[in-house]
Amino acid sequence: MQDLLYFFQQLINGLTIGSTYALIAIGYTMVYGIIGMINFAHGEIYMIGAYTALIAITGLTALGVAWLPLILIVALVCAMIVSSSMGWAVERVAYRPVRGRHRLIPLISAIGMSIFLQNYVHLAQGSRNIGFPSLIDGGFNFGSGEGFQMSLSYMQITIFITTLICMTALSLFISRSRTGRACRAVSQDLGMANLLGIDTNRIISATFVIGAALAAVAGLLLGMYYGSVDPLFGFIAGLKAFTAAVLGGIGSIPGAMLGGLILGVAESMTSGYLSGEYKDVISFSLLILILLFKPTGLLGKPEVEKI
Amino acid sequence: MAANNFRHALFCAIITLIISYPIIGFNLEAQGINVMLTGADTGTVVMVLLAAVMVFLFQLFREQIMGALRSVPNPLPQSSKEPMAENRRAKIESWVLTGIVILALFWPFFVSRGSVDLATLVLIYVMLALGLNVVVGLAGLLDLGYVAFYAVGAYTFALLSQYTGISFWLALPIGALLAALFGLVLGFPVLRLRGDYLAIVTLGFGEIIRILLNNWTTLTGGPNGIGGIPDPTLFGMEFGRRVKEEGNTSFHETFGIAYSGEHKVIFLYLIALVLAVFTALVIRRFMRMPVGRAWEALREDEIAARSLGLSRTAVKLSAFTIGAFFAGFAGTVFASKQGFISPESFVFLESAIILAIVVLGGMGSQIGVVLAAIAVTILPELAREFSEYRMLIFGAAMVLMMVWRPQGLMPMRRIHIELKKQE
Amino acid sequence: MLEVQNLSMRFGGLLAVDEVSLDIQEHEIVSIIGPNGAGKTTVFNCMSGFYKPTGGKILFEGKEVQGKPDYKISRLGMVRTFQHVRLFSQMTVVENLLVAQHRHLNTNLISGLIKTPNYRTKEQKSLDRAAYWLDRVGLLDLANREAGNLAYGQQRRLEIARCMVTEPKLLMLDEPAAGLNPAETKELNQLIVSLKEDYNVSVVLIEHDMSLVMDISDRINVINQGRPLASGTPEEIRQNDDVIKAYLGEA
Repeated sequence: MQDLLYFFQQLINGLTIGSTYALIAIGYTMVYGIIGMINFAHGEIYMIGAYTALIAITGLTALGVAWLPLILIVALVCAMIVSSSMGWAVERVAYRPVRGRHRLIPLISAIGMSIFLQNYVHLAQGSRNIGFPSLIDGGFNFGSGEGFQMSLSYMQITIFITTLICMTALSLFISRSRTGRACRAVSQDLGMANLLGIDTNRIISATFVIGAALAAVAGLLLGMYYGSVDPLFGFIAGLKAFTAAVLGGIGSIPGAMLGGLILGVAESMTSGYLSGEYKDVISFSLLILILLFKPTGLLGKPEVEKI
Repeated sequence: MAANNFRHALFCAIITLIISYPIIGFNLEAQGINVMLTGADTGTVVMVLLAAVMVFLFQLFREQIMGALRSVPNPLPQSSKEPMAENRRAKIESWVLTGIVILALFWPFFVSRGSVDLATLVLIYVMLALGLNVVVGLAGLLDLGYVAFYAVGAYTFALLSQYTGISFWLALPIGALLAALFGLVLGFPVLRLRGDYLAIVTLGFGEIIRILLNNWTTLTGGPNGIGGIPDPTLFGMEFGRRVKEEGNTSFHETFGIAYSGEHKVIFLYLIALVLAVFTALVIRRFMRMPVGRAWEALREDEIAARSLGLSRTAVKLSAFTIGAFFAGFAGTVFASKQGFISPESFVFLESAIILAIVVLGGMGSQIGVVLAAIAVTILPELAREFSEYRMLIFGAAMVLMMVWRPQGLMPMRRIHIELKKQE
Repeated sequence: MLEVQNLSMRFGGLLAVDEVSLDIQEHEIVSIIGPNGAGKTTVFNCMSGFYKPTGGKILFEGKEVQGKPDYKISRLGMVRTFQHVRLFSQMTVVENLLVAQHRHLNTNLISGLIKTPNYRTKEQKSLDRAAYWLDRVGLLDLANREAGNLAYGQQRRLEIARCMVTEPKLLMLDEPAAGLNPAETKELNQLIVSLKEDYNVSVVLIEHDMSLVMDISDRINVINQGRPLASGTPEEIRQNDDVIKAYLGEA
């Protein structure tokens, strides 16, 4: 019974982290699906979302606002606006001018952008990690008094529900809206979509903006969950989310969700049963194994090499 | 059109404000367990506003500005120009290079110890960048975990000296070969991957190696690192004040000169110089050999290269292994120079700096890479206030280079080959 | 020398090539023709090892080669060009030819580093061979230009020269006349015939330029919608009713 509770605790923790990975992974997967490049700076955009949310929360608290839903919503909106603008600007400055060049060039540009943004926040806010108020405390406890107690915190529930709302909204947007349809068309065949009169530049910008907005949501949630942020906050999370995207099949949105959840669970099981130090090793190994043996991921479509 | 332009410029200016004001305009400060928010000083706010105005003006007059820029003649030579008097140019070039190397040999005797020490570091970066240049610049494989091989070289020397008391000269080839072996073993599975996947997988490998170094405390000492790494010796002569090892003599006693700490620093510098020149010469030779041409062919068009009988795996592996070999070299020198190593020296940032050197110098170009290594290492030392902004500037420079001048500041010049007409 | 038996290639639900058979004798020029999308290039991709065929056999000099990796097939002496020219565009013209001779120069790294006499001899030989073929296709004066800077027709000729320095037994040309003007096409015509006559290379040709195909082919295979439609001498093909209906008629 104890063991089972312990197992379920790890599962819940894993699904919590995993669902935020999924939110970030969507940004990677959508951009990859449309222009076939890895947006290395995406992790930084997520980090900037977390910082903006923290600034908004601290500012509102200082102004004496105490009503929690208002604080959260304002923080979320601020984070989404700043991150989306950043996503838009990054695409405009670093990616659009090099689109279609030799494949190494956009990649290096993206890495440069990632380094730039990391140090931008580092210079503005310092390199130390800053405490993030948890705001949502408490939760349910299961299990007997003396043994292991399994807990499901309200924070975790908030993360699940928010992720679910975002995913549903995204799915509806992609399948129903005009822009969503155009997104799908562009990811099928950019050149053809262009010929059919779709403003592909606008669609690509939209992809970056949507991905960045979701990353900002993840930034707020994970900031509260972990309780601190620092400028390197986005680097590892970005890598993890990318792993999730590849795991699920890069280019596939349901794949990103699935990959995120699997990766989160795999990590928390490693921390729970082996050692927390090695959870990064596990996720990188998972990434390498997937790429070697099933590079299309779980839900991706096989690519035929064009000659 | 004008109204449209104005709207776009205004939009860009607003975006600039949104992405800069919240992050720069407010400072988060931890006070105890609470976080306080303070506004930035007026100067910073004015700068942010100024930036927005500049973006606005630039976007508004974009056409005119770009037009004006285009009409400025390019001050740097174009790579496509037909070279003149090839033999003479090559001769002058090799004379100049030899002259520089000779100067570099005597230079340390006339400057301060600190400068020599810095110059040694520059030479280590030169080796690293030349090695990475093979992988990224020539073979077109983006390796973001290059620092892992550097770590293998450094840790090989540190561990071997700790457990077996090996000397620097023996550790140098062993470290390099072991790094090469790592390159071979890690490279074999991952080189089938497409370019961007390769980048992220090598990044992962680099992190795995660092995490292992950090956590395998019994072997590597974890975050505390390994100290007491011996200095190189010169034909059994040590550079310390007292001889540490049985059978060795000390340098200053043999030559009957007063002991000076500078001897060791200069000696290390000379070793690094010789190794850097060796690295440059070997790689230069490789570039003129079939293997070097195969690297470039694979970078240019993998499918065509395969259709001509080049094995993708063999060619990529050779680049990966040779790059790793020189990183191992550099690692051994680094361990000896520092006398102490810890995982801290082998973080992703280090890989990024080496990559920045290669990109700024000009992918494939050796002279460019050497100059960039010097600039990137020395500039932050010259201007201390600059060093804080170093990575910010590197990041921005990488983006700008890719957008405006992807071939780098000193693009690689093609080798001129004389052909005789055949009957 | 080359025999393709019942070759099939399926991509997901699409059967791109269905039971195609070909045979090419020594000293022969064989063309594959058919409307766009008929699966001609797919047949080439299977023959040169880029695709693993889902069915059928490919025999080269009596040995089965289907499914072998591309670089091994090329080393056996089957070399191809591409529909869209694929040069190493940032490398010089002569370097393009040197790369192609990689396997002739297959010495180890050390002998190259210290320039052993054996290495020097081999290097000189490959330079001579490159010079010969550059002269042959009229590009000797441009040897040190970057390949990407050549005019389109020159790039096409360089691609063929690059194949020829590997000393192939069978040359596969994928639409070599596409984008060439009539004068260049005529030159190409003479070049291909000379490859067969003077260098004893067999040629498989995919081409849309009917006058070129009819002029130089010994035999022609027609493919339509992935299936073989007819094969025979140019004269027979010209008079084949199916072919006229399916292909020539609509052209």
